[in-house]
Amino acid sequence: MSDTDSNGGTGWTPDQPMVSIKDVHKSFGELEVLKGISMDIMKGECICIIGPSGSGKSTLIRCVNALNDIQQGSILVEGLEVNDPDLNKLELRKKVGMVFQQYNLFPHKTAIQNIMMAPMHVLKKEKNEVEALARELVKKVRLEGKENSYPGELSGGQQQRVAIARSLAMTPDVMLFDEVTAALDPETVKEVLTTIQDLAEEGMTCILVTHEMGFAREVANHIYFTDRGVIVEHGTPSTFFDEAKDPRTQEFLSQIL
Amino acid sequence: MEFFADYFREMYDNTGWNFVFLYEQYEYDRVLEGMWVSIKLIVASLIFSLVVGFVGAWAQGANSKIVRNVIAGYIQVFRNTPPFVQILFFYFVIGNLLPTYDAGGYQAGYIDSFGWAVISLGFFAGSFNVEIFRSGIEAVPESTCEAAEALGYSRLMSYVHVIFPLAFRVCLPALNNNLVNLLKTTTLAYGIAVPEMMYTANQIWSDNVNVPEMMLFLFFFYVGLVAILVYGMHKWEIKMKIPGYG
Repeated sequence: MSDTDSNGGTGWTPDQPMVSIKDVHKSFGELEVLKGISMDIMKGECICIIGPSGSGKSTLIRCVNALNDIQQGSILVEGLEVNDPDLNKLELRKKVGMVFQQYNLFPHKTAIQNIMMAPMHVLKKEKNEVEALARELVKKVRLEGKENSYPGELSGGQQQRVAIARSLAMTPDVMLFDEVTAALDPETVKEVLTTIQDLAEEGMTCILVTHEMGFAREVANHIYFTDRGVIVEHGTPSTFFDEAKDPRTQEFLSQIL
Repeated sequence: MEFFADYFREMYDNTGWNFVFLYEQYEYDRVLEGMWVSIKLIVASLIFSLVVGFVGAWAQGANSKIVRNVIAGYIQVFRNTPPFVQILFFYFVIGNLLPTYDAGGYQAGYIDSFGWAVISLGFFAGSFNVEIFRSGIEAVPESTCEAAEALGYSRLMSYVHVIFPLAFRVCLPALNNNLVNLLKTTTLAYGIAVPEMMYTANQIWSDNVNVPEMMLFLFFFYVGLVAILVYGMHKWEIKMKIPGYG
């Protein structure tokens, strides 16, 4: 198989950014929520996007896997143009996994079924193969013994870890985390963050929208601070937290740190 | 068995109550046949109406405006006209417009009266089922559909595997009502000479002049069938209950 075949003919190579966002504009009707955002994420990087509510963080990562469309600009995921009316959404979603704030598990399926469904239905994989993968993922997110529980019988933190495993079962190249700990109590936040940290350390490319500053500082390679639809400031954790230059960033950080 | 028959024969002699089908083999066979046709008719139109509801509720959310309008039109027509008129319309109007074949001296249609009854009753109850399923679909959170979308599910796949199974559970009580109604409405097939229970009872009382007895029997028969249907649906509802949900 040639290199172009393995990338769906996009010509993307691993030395190029895995996700490349360029001058993205997004409006909901009259309201412009993204006003020209650009960032590059390399393979294996962990990026945290922080900022006040309503600054467009969630919208931005929802645009990366085409849950929201954009009006202007370009988002390339492994060379695949998301802002293209002829985009093969299935190809995009095989590359990009997403975890939501409210877990959004399928309530009528057990934990392990939730993990197995998409590989079987979407990728048409054999049940035995998928089940072996799912059991591995259950172990990875530390939920052994909960395989046959329904989402309604699990705690928020456990549900969120099932949701992570469910996304990983599709073997994505990039994982998007949309405020995944915002609905959890402080104790369960840690178990979910540990799972994400494990992933990042294994080399998974991660984009997180988060309010967990401690986590961002420890795990992220790069931090972006957004406000009112633009990136106000960005940098490595140490420069960002210790040497923030923009007054808006300083104000935000002073209130939460 | 003989004792049983004798009892009802004597009852007729002594009281005038003539449950003729309980002591005469010929009428007994007729009733059995009528019951069997009724059950087949009920099961077939029930299944057909569910299929119509399933497909219609999906098509209601189609991107194409034409498809959505066709479904809206279908619901308006079938929900707002009497089912009896619909049965007659299908059998006498649509049936007459279709090609026929030589059935040995006379021309017959490819669909018999039983077939037309299933089709018209299925579309009639199906129009209600579409709306019932829609109410269930609207109760499924948008975020759950988004999760399926993010996993690569197409619209049809997420409808089949995620949205419909959840919607179905929500709308079961309403569906129950409509299916009970459909079960009872199958008696209208009498109008196009489908030999179901109502039609058979009419034949028997014409021969034996025992209208009250046959009416009494009809009531018991349909009460029994409805009881079985409701019991089955109730068991199904319990079986599908999701632990820790709703």
